[in-house]
Formats: sequence, structure tokens, C-alpha cells
Amino acid sequence: MSRVIVVTSGKGGVGKTTTSASISAGLALKGFKVAVIDFDVGLRNLDLIMGCERRVVYDFVNVVQGEASLNQALIRDKRIKNLYILAASQTRDKDALTLEGVGKVIDDLKTDGFDFIICDSPAGIEKGAQLALYFADEAIVVTNPEVSSVRDSDRILGILQAKSKRAESGDEGIVEHLVLTRYNPKRVETGEMLSVEDVVDLLNIPLLGVIPESEQVLNASNSGEPVILDSESDAAQAYIDVVDRFLGEEKAHRFLTAEKKGLFKKLFGK
Amino acid sequence: MALIDYLLGQRKKKTANVAKDRLQILLAHERSERNAPEYLPQMRDEILAVIAKYVEIDQDQLQISIDEANGFEVLELNLVLPDK
Repeated sequence: MSRVIVVTSGKGGVGKTTTSASISAGLALKGFKVAVIDFDVGLRNLDLIMGCERRVVYDFVNVVQGEASLNQALIRDKRIKNLYILAASQTRDKDALTLEGVGKVIDDLKTDGFDFIICDSPAGIEKGAQLALYFADEAIVVTNPEVSSVRDSDRILGILQAKSKRAESGDEGIVEHLVLTRYNPKRVETGEMLSVEDVVDLLNIPLLGVIPESEQVLNASNSGEPVILDSESDAAQAYIDVVDRFLGEEKAHRFLTAEKKGLFKKLFGK
Repeated sequence: MALIDYLLGQRKKKTANVAKDRLQILLAHERSERNAPEYLPQMRDEILAVIAKYVEIDQDQLQISIDEANGFEVLELNLVLPDK
């Protein structure tokens, strides 16, 4: 059985593409066959984060419009077996995607034996974002511990519950997961940042994981590698946990507390 | 300087708490709008039409919402009458 997962947030810049790339890579490393689709037509970036930007010949829109076959457009990841990327079009506008067209691509991926189909949503709540979530079985809502991000996540949760295929057909609703990114335990401890408990309390959805703010995320995107592959870093460790929990493993949450400063550092340090 | 910052920091109101309080109010409000029954806009228009027969009011002077309080569903109408 294939599972269709949308990675969404409402707000831009919170880490949707970073999360899509790392979760896709993580699932493929576990041996699953994974396709990750960039729904951000006109502003594609998944290809860049995955490091395959120079290998895009055909894209998602080409497939939807019948100008290329799915096999021609799927880019095979060079590092990880069973991981495929479907890039968004950079030149077309977002109206180039249709509900029927997207539905057919997802059906074809299911027929091709993909275990996971990850839909990387564009920001916003308009057509592109709605298409990305429409066919989803599960949603990963990426949120930063910051007021506008939490509000927008709540908005997108409303759309998941009202405007998805599952909602419209009266089936069981989309399974929701929260991934809290750019978490800074130090600022949480000083009362300057919403805590993970606060955000879970406000959004009222189950927590899949917390990704600490990490310099390695920028380094990874600079070099076109999903950050999960940089296994030394905290962010990678946190994403590995997210993938394990997503597959049903019970794992304690990590990176929620700041490293303790000694009294001397507290008084005189920076 | 770190010592002064540290001492000053103790007295300031924690902004994370402010953020949480603001979000709690905002999200409750936005959710109730989202979950409002489908007939609400039409009912609002019809109520507005009745009121307009007797008083001159602006379209946006009437706020209407359905909330839940203590297990009761409460229909709240809020209308500001014009100055005489």
C-alpha cells in the first residue's frame, strides 16, 4: 500500500523543502521506494536542495500535460537507491497543474510500486498548496515556534480537514503530524521562544519531532545534500528520529534542552 | 555586561508567554469562524435586512458569531446603532 504524504505549513521559509528532502531520503535509506514531488510551480527548489538541479530535463507540468512520461521526468537520486525526484516547472505558472492531472500522476506512482509519495507543498493556501494536500493520506505540518507560523499552520490544518479528498469523500480524515523546526532550546529556557509544549497545546496535533536550529541545515543546502545525510549533526539525528517515529517506532524526543552553562559563563560569558 | 543583562532579563515579562496568550485568543476566534455553520452568512444578510427596515446601518456594523460556552451554543449578535 502506498502512502501519500503532504509536507505543508501555510507560511513560507519554515523548512518544508528541507523536511521533504530529509524525510524522503530517510525513508529511502530504510529500503522503501520513495518519490518526492515539488508542487511549487514557478519557484522550484526541491531539485536544488536535493542536488539534482542540473539533471532536470522534464518536470511535473510536462507529465501532467502529457509532454513527457512519468519515467522520463522522474530523476533518480545518485546517492540513495529507490529515491526519485519529480521537479516542478520553473517556467510555467501554477495553473498548469490540474486536479485530474495530479491525481493521475499519483495513481501512476502507486501503480509503479512506490511505497511513499511525498508532496512538497508551496507556501500559501492557494491552488498549489491545495493540490499538494488534496490526495494526501497523511500530513506533516512544519511549524516554527513563532506566532505567524503557528497561526498559518492552524489555518492549513483547517484546510486539510475541509478541502482534501478524504474530507470531501467522508473517509477517515488525513492523519496529522507536527514537525517543529528551528527550535532553540536556549531561547525557550529564557522565555523568549514558544516551547514545544506550547505549540502542541495551541495546534492540538500529535508531535512527530522537533528539529533544533542548526548551522548544518544551511551547509547541507549549500551543497545540495538532504541534511539527514550529515549524520553527525543534531538536525540529521532529529530527522532520523522523525523517520523512525513516522514508521511507528517509539523514540524519546531529543534536543529539547540547552546545554548547561556554568555559573562563571552565566555571569561573565557571552 | 552579561551580569547586567542577566539581572535585567529576570525582570522583563517573558515574550513567549505573551505569544502564547495572543495565539490562544486568535486561534479560538479563527477556528470558530472556520467552523461556523454554512447558513450563517445568509442568516446574517436576512437579519441585516430586517434591521435595515427600521434603522439605517452599514453592512459591516453587524457582527454575528456562534460560540460554545459552558456546553451551550451561543448565537452572538453585535450591532452598533448609528448616532442620532
